[in-house]
Amino acid sequence: MALQSLDIAKRSATTTEPPQARKTIEVAKLIDVSKCIGCKACQVACMQWNDLRDEVGSCGGTYANPTDMTDQSWTVMRYAEVESEERGLEWLIRKDGCMHCEDPGCLKACPSPGAIIKYANGIVDFHQENCIGCGYCVTGCPFNVPRISKKDSKAYKCTLCSDRVAVGLEPACVKVCPTGSISFGSKEDMKELAEERVTELQERGFKNAGLYDPVGVGGTHVMYVLNHADKPSLYSGLPNDPTIAPTVSLWKGFTKPLAMAGIAVAALGGLFHYVMKGPNEVSKEVEAEVEKELEAEK
Amino acid sequence: MIRDPSDLKRYNASERANHWVVGICFILLALSGLALFHPALFPLTGLFGGGVWTRILHPFVGVVMMLFFVVMFFRFKHLNQMTQTDWEWVKRAKEMVDGDDHNMPEMGKYNGGQKLLFWFLGAAMLVLFASGIVIWRAYFSAYFPIGVIRTGALLHAAFAALMIIAIIVHVYAAIWVRGTIRAMLYGTVTRAWAKQHHRAWYRQVIGK
Repeated sequence: MALQSLDIAKRSATTTEPPQARKTIEVAKLIDVSKCIGCKACQVACMQWNDLRDEVGSCGGTYANPTDMTDQSWTVMRYAEVESEERGLEWLIRKDGCMHCEDPGCLKACPSPGAIIKYANGIVDFHQENCIGCGYCVTGCPFNVPRISKKDSKAYKCTLCSDRVAVGLEPACVKVCPTGSISFGSKEDMKELAEERVTELQERGFKNAGLYDPVGVGGTHVMYVLNHADKPSLYSGLPNDPTIAPTVSLWKGFTKPLAMAGIAVAALGGLFHYVMKGPNEVSKEVEAEVEKELEAEK
Repeated sequence: MIRDPSDLKRYNASERANHWVVGICFILLALSGLALFHPALFPLTGLFGGGVWTRILHPFVGVVMMLFFVVMFFRFKHLNQMTQTDWEWVKRAKEMVDGDDHNMPEMGKYNGGQKLLFWFLGAAMLVLFASGIVIWRAYFSAYFPIGVIRTGALLHAAFAALMIIAIIVHVYAAIWVRGTIRAMLYGTVTRAWAKQHHRAWYRQVIGK
C-alpha cells in the first residue's frame, strides 16, 4: 500500500490476516444533531464531490428530499417531529448515512473477496469492481444503509470520502457544513469534542444528552451527539441498540465451518466406507437362484 | 435398446430424463452456491463466468430445478410411503452398512432409507425454494422485511448444506450397491440385483 491511510484492516470473504505491521490512527466523523439546521448542504457537497445526481423525487410529507438513501444519494437528512409533555414539539433532524461500524455487518455478510474493505483508519468502503450484486450487505447491515443500483446492480453507500481522507482532507460534508455541526478527526479527539458538547447540552437542560457510538457493533466511525441519547429511535428510527443480527452471525459464523465439515465427512466417509467394507454386490447365491428360476421358466 | 431380455425395467425414459435434469441442476446449484457460501470456494465462480454471472444464474437454475423436482416428486410420491417394514429396515440399516444384509427385511421398489431421503429432499426443496425467493435481491427481496430476509439467508445456507450431504449419501449408495447406476442410465436392472436388494418388488414385477 502506497498510502498508509489506505492500509486494510478487514477484507470481505477473506479468511487470512491482513497486513498489520503499520499502525495508523482511527478517524471518526462527529455529527452534532443539536447544531444541525437541516440545510442539506452536506447532501449537496456529497453529490458534488462524488459526481452523483439523484432523480427529482416527490414529497414524502417531510423536508426529506429524496425521501430515502439511494445509489445516488449516499446521505439524506431526515426530519422527525416529536412531541413530548416535557419539551412540547421538537424538530429532530438527523443526517443519515453509513455509520462505518468497527464490526461491519455488511463486510461480514459479503461473499465476494475484496468487495468490502475496512481500512485501518476505520473507514468501511465498497469496491464496486469486486461487487457481484447479491445484496448480502443489505442483509447484514444493522442500519439499513447499502443501496443496490438498478442500473448496474452494484452496492453503493457513503465512503466517508475515503479518497479525500487518504490525502489528508476532511470529508466533503464536513467541509461544507455551515453550522459546524459535522466535525472530523481522530476518533479519540472526536470523543473528547463530543464529551464537551454533551456536558454543555446537559447544563442547558438536555439531561439525557449523550454520544451515540453503539457498542453492539464495536463502536462506529460516524458518531452522533444526540440531545436525547436515551431514545435514539426518536431520530427517524436510529436503532437504539444496533448489533449484527444473530441470524446473520450464525449464517456467516458457525454454519460455514459446520457445513464444510459435514460435506467433507460425507464425501470422505463414502470413500473410506467403500475402501474398508467393499462394494455391496449381488451374492453368488442369489445369482444362482435367479439362473434356476429363469431355466424353469423356459 | 434391450441388453438382456430377462432384465427388469426400473425407470422409463421420461423418468430418467426428469431425474437427470434435476441432477444437473443440483450440481450447478451446489457448485455456484458453495462458491458464494464459503470464501475458500469463491474461485468456483470461475466455472460460471465470474462472481456476477454466478449471482445472476444461480436462482434461475434453482427455479428450473424446482419445476422438474415437483414433477418428479409427484411421479414417485406414491412409491415412497413409509411402512412398518421400512422402519424395520431403517432400524437395521447399520448392519447393512457394516456389510451384512442377511437380516434386512424384504423391500419393495424403494427401501426405508430411500424413502426417508425422498421426503427429506422434498422438504429441503420447499425450504430452499421459499428462502431462495426471499433472498433473490434482484426481483423479490424488496417485498420482504429485513428479519425475514436474514432468516431466509440462514435457512437457505443450512438446508443447502444438508441437501448436499444427503445427495452425497444418495450418490454413494448408488455407487456402493453395484448394478444400481444403470437403472438411472438406461432404465434396467438385473433380476439378481432386484431379488437381492428389493425382493418384494422383484416378486411383484415377475408376477410371483
